[in-house]
Amino acid sequence: MSILVAIITLTVISTIFGVLLGYTSVKFHVEGDPIVDKIDALLPQTQCGQCTYPGCRPYAEAITSGEAGINQCPPGGEATMLALSDLLGIEPVALDEEHADEPQKTVVYIDEQICIGCTLCIQACPVDAILGAAKQMHTIIENECTGCDLCIPPCPVDCIHIKTVKPEQDTWRWSLPASTETAPKA
Amino acid sequence: MTRSSQQLWHFHGGLKLDSNKAMSTRTPIIKASLPERLVLPVQQHIGEAGQLLVKVGDKVLKGQAVTESSEYISAPVHAPTSGTVVEIGEFPTPHPSGLNTLCIVIESDGEDEWIELKPTLYPNTKSPSELRQLIRQAGIVGLGGAAFPTSVKVNPGPKAHIETLIINGVECEPYISCDDMLMREYAEELISGCSIIQYIVSATHCLIAIEDNKPEAIQAIKTVIKEKALHTIEVVCIPTLYPTGGEKQLIKVLTHKEVPSDGFPSDIGLLVQNVGTAVAVHKAIVLGEPLISRIVTITGNGVQQPQNIEVLIGTLISELIKQSGGYHEDASKLIMGGPMMGFTLQTDHLPVIKGSNCILVENTQAEAPATMPCIRCSACATVCPAQLLPQQLYWMASSKKFDLIQDYHLFDCIECGCCAQVCPSQIPLVQYYRFAKTEIWNQERDKIKSDHARVRHDFRQARLDKEKKERAEKLRKKKELLEKKKMAETAAKKEDTETEIDPKKSAIEAAMKRVQKKKEAKLASDENVNEK
Repeated sequence: MSILVAIITLTVISTIFGVLLGYTSVKFHVEGDPIVDKIDALLPQTQCGQCTYPGCRPYAEAITSGEAGINQCPPGGEATMLALSDLLGIEPVALDEEHADEPQKTVVYIDEQICIGCTLCIQACPVDAILGAAKQMHTIIENECTGCDLCIPPCPVDCIHIKTVKPEQDTWRWSLPASTETAPKA
Repeated sequence: MTRSSQQLWHFHGGLKLDSNKAMSTRTPIIKASLPERLVLPVQQHIGEAGQLLVKVGDKVLKGQAVTESSEYISAPVHAPTSGTVVEIGEFPTPHPSGLNTLCIVIESDGEDEWIELKPTLYPNTKSPSELRQLIRQAGIVGLGGAAFPTSVKVNPGPKAHIETLIINGVECEPYISCDDMLMREYAEELISGCSIIQYIVSATHCLIAIEDNKPEAIQAIKTVIKEKALHTIEVVCIPTLYPTGGEKQLIKVLTHKEVPSDGFPSDIGLLVQNVGTAVAVHKAIVLGEPLISRIVTITGNGVQQPQNIEVLIGTLISELIKQSGGYHEDASKLIMGGPMMGFTLQTDHLPVIKGSNCILVENTQAEAPATMPCIRCSACATVCPAQLLPQQLYWMASSKKFDLIQDYHLFDCIECGCCAQVCPSQIPLVQYYRFAKTEIWNQERDKIKSDHARVRHDFRQARLDKEKKERAEKLRKKKELLEKKKMAETAAKKEDTETEIDPKKSAIEAAMKRVQKKKEAKLASDENVNEK
């Protein structure tokens, strides 16, 4: 008899919870993947494709699915890798050797004497930072350029060049003092 | 406010340091000789840089504004003497980075001819907002070192009610004596400036705080107050302890109140101004003169004649050293500011800017002792005037834990250097905090930039999708139209053939009939011929 009571009780409870879960999963359904949004928010949004994915969001999706590692973003450098490791609870991974240095901020500029106005770079720019029209000279809006360099390969006359962003007094950073590990031990 | 006269409180920590001020206070302030060339950085203050008002070749008069700005937090720069603008370009300026910044170079014509000045002899006849506007136009910034535009600071907003104005004449950092000398020699101007600021912010009280190691300054100011029989201005002599000159520390000592961590003194009814700023306000309002000069202490064991010099903004430091007898042979290090909070300069070919209070020439030859590992002695926490945990901050900064370090209130650190001073392991702690602060600011800038890029990328993506859809829709419509046309045509053809087949057939039939008839006729005629 008592076993029957137990079975009935558990069945009732599980039915109630089942209904509740079913209801909430419909009622509070979230469109898209919030984890992807969170990862995307940490990426530098250069849309450069150096991670081998076609943009920052696809890379975020690839990280979420476990397909890509967290150390594939050269423009983000170590800071982005650490932030991702913090967010996802993954052990930090060393950056690929070629990207181990601190990423240097760059923008591109168009040699306007050479530009033929083919609009190919405009089509390649992921953030609409190039201004121009067919057979008209093009120019880069420097403030909007993310330095992804995607406009360089399509240019048929090689008139787009990279320049590093000069540090200014208000954006200058103090360096980390030489580590104590290198000091003689007491 | 009711405060029993002379009751003072303590802030946490602090250090007693050798003041080393006497070497530069032996002689009165001298006026620097007129330099031939002045280098004026466009940005000498916290906030937005102004727009240039002059171009190369322009003649300028002493006191003429050479930049202006429509931004709220900004201050214009004025020509310190009359002459010609000979160059506008990037030059090195005193900044820890050693980077160049946009400067206007003026060659003096030796006339030192003033622009027409508009003095306001009776400031009380003008409204506070008019006076604030005058302060703004005079380009006045906080002369204690932070260089925050004064016109903004004396406008605490409609909600804040300023009860007490505190004039900071503490000057707690060793070696520096420019405020001390200013109070001794410009006491009258100082009191006038205090009254003006007091009127602008409608403060009921004004306290002038001076450390007890400056008896001459205290005496000079007390005399003026007595002469003028001012009852709302009071001189408070406070014990010498570094860093009492810090805004929050001084407020704690004078009022026992604490400024909220992310707040301003105006939140608790207080406003703190440096003595130099008060004198500059007096000059700007009563004389109509913009901020074009300041008093700089040239001191240290590496210079021949330590002294205070009143110098035009933009004068090169090398000139000041020359006028102070030049370097000692063993001079080794040039510092802007004091030994605790100053920063090292790489060269003396740098202009004096509005925030330059002291040029310290050191002669220590000894190498800095090697840094040892932190032993967690917590001596730093004992002396920290902001009640932080310097060793925790140090660990977090060195392991780049920038989120955590902000939870430990890194941004309350005033970089006074007490922690590094007492550290038995000689760890350059302040440099770690400066590193963390600038790194966090940089990350914030990057975040804003990447968010902006994301918005633009998403917008572009949406636009491309929309264009694609529109094109597909157009194509579909065209196809549909074509198909409809085709269908209509074939249908028409079908109908045509159905209706046109009969006449054709009949025509053929008729033709065939005609041929038949002809054939028959021919046959008949043939037969007739044969019969004949």
